[in-house]
Order: sequence, then structure tokens, then C-alpha cells
Amino acid sequence: MNEEQPIAPHGDGRNAAFWTPLFLAWLLALLATSGALFLGEVMGKTPCVLCWYQRIAMFPLVLVLGMGLFTSDVRSVRYALPLVGVGWGIAAYHLLVFWGVVSEGLVPCGKGSSCADADVQVAGVVPIPLLSLTAFSGILVALWMARARATT
Amino acid sequence: MNRKWIVLGTAAAVVLAFVAGVAVFTNRATQEVKQAAQTNNEALVRPHSPVFGNPAAKVTIVEFFDPSCETCRAFYPIVKSMVNASFGQVRLVVRYAPLHPGSDTAVKILEAARLQGKYWEALERTLAAQPQWASHDRPQPDMIWSLISDVGLDMARARADADGPTIDQLLRQDIADMQALKVDRTPGFFVNGTPLRDFGEAQLKALVEQELKKSATR
Repeated sequence: MNEEQPIAPHGDGRNAAFWTPLFLAWLLALLATSGALFLGEVMGKTPCVLCWYQRIAMFPLVLVLGMGLFTSDVRSVRYALPLVGVGWGIAAYHLLVFWGVVSEGLVPCGKGSSCADADVQVAGVVPIPLLSLTAFSGILVALWMARARATT
Repeated sequence: MNRKWIVLGTAAAVVLAFVAGVAVFTNRATQEVKQAAQTNNEALVRPHSPVFGNPAAKVTIVEFFDPSCETCRAFYPIVKSMVNASFGQVRLVVRYAPLHPGSDTAVKILEAARLQGKYWEALERTLAAQPQWASHDRPQPDMIWSLISDVGLDMARARADADGPTIDQLLRQDIADMQALKVDRTPGFFVNGTPLRDFGEAQLKALVEQELKKSATR
């Protein structure tokens, strides 16, 4: 993060060109979170270990970015980015495991559900890790745009 | 201020969509389970299963049961007292749903005890000691043998029966029926063929009451 970057003071919504991309990032996080909860709690798919790590990175984004939106505080981007980066990395790794590029032996998924299971799909076609990776990528782009707009 | 409302409104919309999704999904799942129970009616009760209570009772509770399952353990006295308090109008049919590792062995031991007429004694001891033998990551179902060593079994015969083909066949049939009826958690209750979807003690009692009333007007 650039130290010279002007920081929107708490509660300042006047110069908030970053707001729209920040909103998009938050919306993606919100949809991903409710989607994950729906799959896990309603449809009864047990999250595997890698899914849990992605959840750990995704769920707080709703609150961190939500607070940023609420107070028009661009600093929330700074606090969200590490979570997004970690989540993106795990999602990418999970997708490699799912596609069989990386053997699952590297991460002991233990009992419960397997991370490489073909059951890890929505509607039988889209693998859940791909959805997760898409969400993290979208959030990353949106946050990057928010940061770029805040500095100009 | 306007933006805060956008955030709140979006959050509310997503929560609403989630709740609606839950309603649609559970409704569809309930229909599927009901359908499965109707089309596989013969899979509910098999002649090989243990029956508690009056065999000719009007109301049949079918319980898909896992000896390692804590909730099954908690429901055992509840269901037993429901049958006992019904004056022969309610019976319990025990089906097996061995969803935990080691449960299959436990079922085989219980069934071996049943061949010698000691099923309910063995079952009660097994459930009482469940916390000791049924740890989900390190189950020790063979401990059940020592738990039931003094109920009066011919142990050598029981051990041979437990590994025999009859009990194996019974367990396979129960697992096949469990899958046909879409039972994926235990205890899975059916009362006169109606699946208990909204799980709970009060709900089970209400469903039994409802079936008792139906049978009284028949």
C-alpha cells in the first residue's frame, strides 16, 4: 500500500469514487457467503478442509467491506486484501486438487468430505472451487479498482 | 445516508432470497422424501426387523437407527416410553442405518444377541456404554462383547452368528432400504409411512398422535 495515498476520513462520503467498486466487491462476498451457507447448511453438503479455509477468508469480507461501505472508508480495502489474497490462493489450489493436477495427499482431507470429490459441484457441472475462485478474483479486481479510484 | 440504505437494502434482499431459497429447497426435499416413502413402501418394514411393542399395533414407528449415534441414544427412552404408554396401539420397528465407522460391527453383535432372545438387554447396555465404545474417530465396537457377556448368551455361538451370512444379509437389506428411502441421518423416523421431516421429540409425538387419531376413526 502506498503511504501517500489520501485516506478518506471516517464517515466522509463526499469524495467517494471508490464506493461503487467497493460495493461490487462486498456484493460478491455477500453472495458467495450466502451461497456457501446454503450449500453447507441447507443442502447438507459437508464442507471439506479446503472449503473451510476459503470460508474463513470469505465470510469476514462481508463485515470488513460492509463497514467500509457504511462509513465510506477506503481503508477497508487495505484490510480486506490480505484475506482475498489468501482465499484466492486456497481456491486456486483447491481447483487444482479437484481437477487432479495436484494430488490430494498434500493436504490431509481426513474423513468427512474429500476435497477432490466429484460431488463438489453445483448443478452437476460447475465445481464449487471454481465458483469460489471466480468470486475471489472478482473481489480482487473490484478492490483493485476501488483503490485505483481512491488514489486519483 | 443514501448509500447506507443501498447497503442495508442489498443485505436485506440477499437475506430474503436466502430464506426463500431455504423454503423452496426444504419443501422440495420433503416432497422427495415423501415420494420415496410412498414408492418404496415395502422397504419400510421387513419381516426380519426387531419389533418393540404389540406386533399388531395400529401405529408403526419405523426408526432407522445407528448404535453409535448420540441422538439415537437420547431418543431410545423416549420412543420406548411412547410405545409402553400406548396400550398396545404403537409399535417400534428397528431398522439399521450404520452411518458411522464401527456401527456395522455393533449392529452385527446386537443381531447375534437377538438370535438368542437377548436383543433389548444387549441394546440397552450398548447404548448405556455408547460414550465408551463409540468415539467417532476411534470406535471400538468389539467392546460390546464384554458389555453383554453376562446377559446369558452362548458367546461362542453369538460370535459365529455375528460373522454369519444371515446377519450380513439383514444389514445389507437395511442399508439398501435406507438408501431407497433417502434416510441420510439418524434417527430417521417414519410413522405409518410418513417421514418425520421436522425433527424433534415434540414433532414425533405429534405425528404419532395424529396417526393414532386417524386409526381411531377408521
